[in-house]
Amino acid sequence: VQADGTDGNCITFVLHDEDHTLGNSLRYMVMKNPDVEFCGYCITHPSESKINFRIQTRGGLPAVEPFRKGLNDLMGVCQHVLNTFEVRLLPEELRGLF
Amino acid sequence: QAFRVDIIREEEGALEFDMVGIDAAIANAFRRILLAEVPTMAVEKVFVYNNTSIVQDEILAHRLGLIPIRADPRLFEYRNQGDEEGTEIDTLQFQLKIKCSRNPQAAKESSDPNELYFNHKVYSKHMTWVPLGNQTDLFPDADFRPVHDDILIALLRPGQEIDVLMHCVKGIGKDHAKFSPVATASYRLLPDITLLQPIEDEAAEMLQKCFSPGVIEIQNIKGKKVARVANARLDTFSREVFRHEGLKNLVRLARVRNHYIFSVESTGILPPDVLVSEAIKILMGKCQRFLNELDSVPME
Repeated sequence: VQADGTDGNCITFVLHDEDHTLGNSLRYMVMKNPDVEFCGYCITHPSESKINFRIQTRGGLPAVEPFRKGLNDLMGVCQHVLNTFEVRLLPEELRGLF
Repeated sequence: QAFRVDIIREEEGALEFDMVGIDAAIANAFRRILLAEVPTMAVEKVFVYNNTSIVQDEILAHRLGLIPIRADPRLFEYRNQGDEEGTEIDTLQFQLKIKCSRNPQAAKESSDPNELYFNHKVYSKHMTWVPLGNQTDLFPDADFRPVHDDILIALLRPGQEIDVLMHCVKGIGKDHAKFSPVATASYRLLPDITLLQPIEDEAAEMLQKCFSPGVIEIQNIKGKKVARVANARLDTFSREVFRHEGLKNLVRLARVRNHYIFSVESTGILPPDVLVSEAIKILMGKCQRFLNELDSVPME
């Protein structure tokens, strides 16, 4: 992970060993944040496995915050999906416990 | 929030389930992870001691690599870079030693290879597990073998033999497709068919033929045949209805935005529900990795 940018409000993260799998879902989670003015990602070259992930915030919010919040939200979504999925796998009787 | 998962159908190696209330980015992330990032064990290195068969060494090694091995990858570690030997925590060893010979009891004029020769077909059931180190203690009742016993590896004739030793390692589909645990994983959106006007009689019959069987049902209301959308899920969206002038404007085909029908077919290494759980955990692991990096790297 490498970050550089002009001031605290816009940061471009370079995420190594990542591709659309994390890039697109993370972008979706960060866009849901109302403080974020611009969020996007791109793959610099398909031969290299890294993405440029850029966040720009409006107001004085440091751009690291939406990134962190996006990651946490994505983890929350995954956890919820996992729980729902595993509960559905259980037979009928045990489902009432959850 | 308004999110639910419904298991629709669970068969031997395939699972079809619905996810409602999720978004395209996350659904696609799950599909990509199922295809390329859930680890499995597969043959990586083949040590050829003797191969006098028609099949070349490298072709044989390629075929052996593609055979799915029934071994839970969660019990093993990844092999370190540059580690040539392989320890017992990251490698499974298999041996394939088979020799073809002539059957002395065969009839004089028979031309059936099954009768004339022993062992002329090399199947995956001839692969045997050779425990390394303390693997017999670690996995006392485990039975590591290929998922299917009847995969044909090579054909032999009398006098030819194959004697190879194989090392299986843990890997992911991104590295080589042999490590992919699913035969395929796909999703589609639930179709949404709306009839803009009531359609009757002959038009109803024609409408029913335009869609896949079971989608449109004809009911008899007050003596007239009226068409009704019975089960939109079965439709394959072939758009046949737009080829007919009369019906073109009466039907609207769309997709329900956040209702995804996933179909996961496993190669047999892990059951498909375990695969989906693993995929979700891998996505969580990725997020966690970046969160940790964020906290450890000082921001300037």
